Amino acid sequence: MGRAICYFCIGLIIALVVCILYFITSRGIATFTQNHVNVWGFLTGSDWNPGAVDAHGNPEVGALPMIVTSFAVTILSALLATPFALGMAIFMSEIAGKKGTKFLQPVIELLVGIPSVVYGFIGLTVVVPIIRKVFGGTGFGILAGTIVLFVMVLPTITSLSVDSLKAVPLSYRQASLALGANRWQTIYKVILRTAAPGILTAVIFGMARAFGEALAVQMVIGNAILMPKGLVSPASTLTSKLTTDVGNTVMGTLPNNALWSLALILLFMSLFFNLLVRFIGKKGSIKK
Amino acid sequence: MKKRNIFSTLLMLGAVGAVLTGCGSNNASSTNTNGSSSASEHAGKVTAVGSTALQPLVEKAAGQFQNDNKKISITVQGGGSGTGLSQVQDGAVQIGDSDIFAESKQGIDASKLEDHKVAVVGMAPVVNKDAGVENVSMAQLKDIFTGKITNWKEVGGKDEKITVVNRAEGSGTRATFEDAVLKGDKAVKSQEQDSNGTVQKIVSSTPGAISYLAFSYLNDSVKPLSIDKVKPTDENVESNKWKIWSYEHMYTKGKAKTATADFLKYMDSKDVQDNLVKKMGYISIHNMKVQKDSKGNVTNK
Repeated sequence: MGRAICYFCIGLIIALVVCILYFITSRGIATFTQNHVNVWGFLTGSDWNPGAVDAHGNPEVGALPMIVTSFAVTILSALLATPFALGMAIFMSEIAGKKGTKFLQPVIELLVGIPSVVYGFIGLTVVVPIIRKVFGGTGFGILAGTIVLFVMVLPTITSLSVDSLKAVPLSYRQASLALGANRWQTIYKVILRTAAPGILTAVIFGMARAFGEALAVQMVIGNAILMPKGLVSPASTLTSKLTTDVGNTVMGTLPNNALWSLALILLFMSLFFNLLVRFIGKKGSIKK
Repeated sequence: MKKRNIFSTLLMLGAVGAVLTGCGSNNASSTNTNGSSSASEHAGKVTAVGSTALQPLVEKAAGQFQNDNKKISITVQGGGSGTGLSQVQDGAVQIGDSDIFAESKQGIDASKLEDHKVAVVGMAPVVNKDAGVENVSMAQLKDIFTGKITNWKEVGGKDEKITVVNRAEGSGTRATFEDAVLKGDKAVKSQEQDSNGTVQKIVSSTPGAISYLAFSYLNDSVKPLSIDKVKPTDENVESNKWKIWSYEHMYTKGKAKTATADFLKYMDSKDVQDNLVKKMGYISIHNMKVQKDSKGNVTNK
């Protein structure tokens, strides 16, 4: 009986994943197969206006501004969050001991538990006006998105880094200290080096989260489909475009198919992040 | 042992069924509605999906309607005009709510749908209070939204850069606004926001911002503009002095039947039109002195 339930659940999940992959792919490629949009033009064009056609009678579907913005906020927020996350992880696993962890763990978990719409709203009411006063512009843009995402990916990177630091065997620390290295030398030269693949995995997981986040980013990024010219000019990510437009298009038409193609790019990216994590995990394990 | 096997087989079958329907298509939900199983004519389930601008009104009206008609259950959902139109065309729901005529939506065959206009909604350009502008001409408004005018001092306001906040492409509100103001020209590429609420928040907090809102979202935090000295009021919409307005449509596939017809009739009743419609910030369809067709031609009633 137990076995039957187990198999049933596994079967259901596999079927679900296959369905999702099939559905998004079949919809996503319709832009190219049914509407005959050039794939290269889709990836490199910078005019997005699927309801209209340009001077040559081709539909205007250029996703480049959104792809660039998505990558920009993802990479910038990961760059910004990693030092903080690493500091916190080292503090929790090496320095503070049980008491510090007991205090910091709930703090991190709290950050994870806050819904993204709340982050977005705080971004809209607090971060955007501050950016407008300090850096000029309207305040909406990649910088605001980066700051909001920074807070959102911080707990992901931190908790995964803590896990990988804790996984470093005690004997490494003991051996390093026995050789006369002090605590910082041990942390820097031994523990961080050993945990490096795990930390890299943590960063990539954080990036995957940043890349897929829709609501919070949508509220602060400005949603203008323009090539980002700076950090404080309104831009639009793949996810923010998807969520703003999907309710206003009709299934099977070009504007709708074009959105599915954006979703397909997102799917490929998350597959890519997953493969990267597996690859790094494998490499790390061989080293040991 | 045998019993267990039967149970797990059933579970498996159920799972396969669930997966198949989930994967299948939009039509899955059409089977459980308007069923012939009900003995009484006035019983059944009605689902209305679509325009978020119309959603609050339909929700309130459905609540009142169900109090008097216990056998009818009405489900109201948002999702946008595009969703409403495509779902009703597919037969997945009984009523598709839309801000725009089905004729003007790409991919919708309007001849298969029946239009029920339940209210009128007016829209007004709104600006941040510090812009220092109260009135613009229609031509100036067009120039602002097409990017020709970029500073408020050009229309008699403060020396401040104009920040245009648009609605999402394909949104019903944007289509109405652009039909009335841009008349075929392309809007400048700018910020796009998805909801009336966010637009209101952004315009009220961003210096020099301009956007447009449905009348029901106008409040003290933003400044509605007059166009050519005409104020955005219900009376001016009713006489078409104020040009930016649209119908709120509830589309059915073919003629409305039984419970759906009852509900639509209720939406058109004096009870709803004179009280609820006004209370929620819409304009009663009964008060309109003009009518507009799907091509935007306005004639006297």
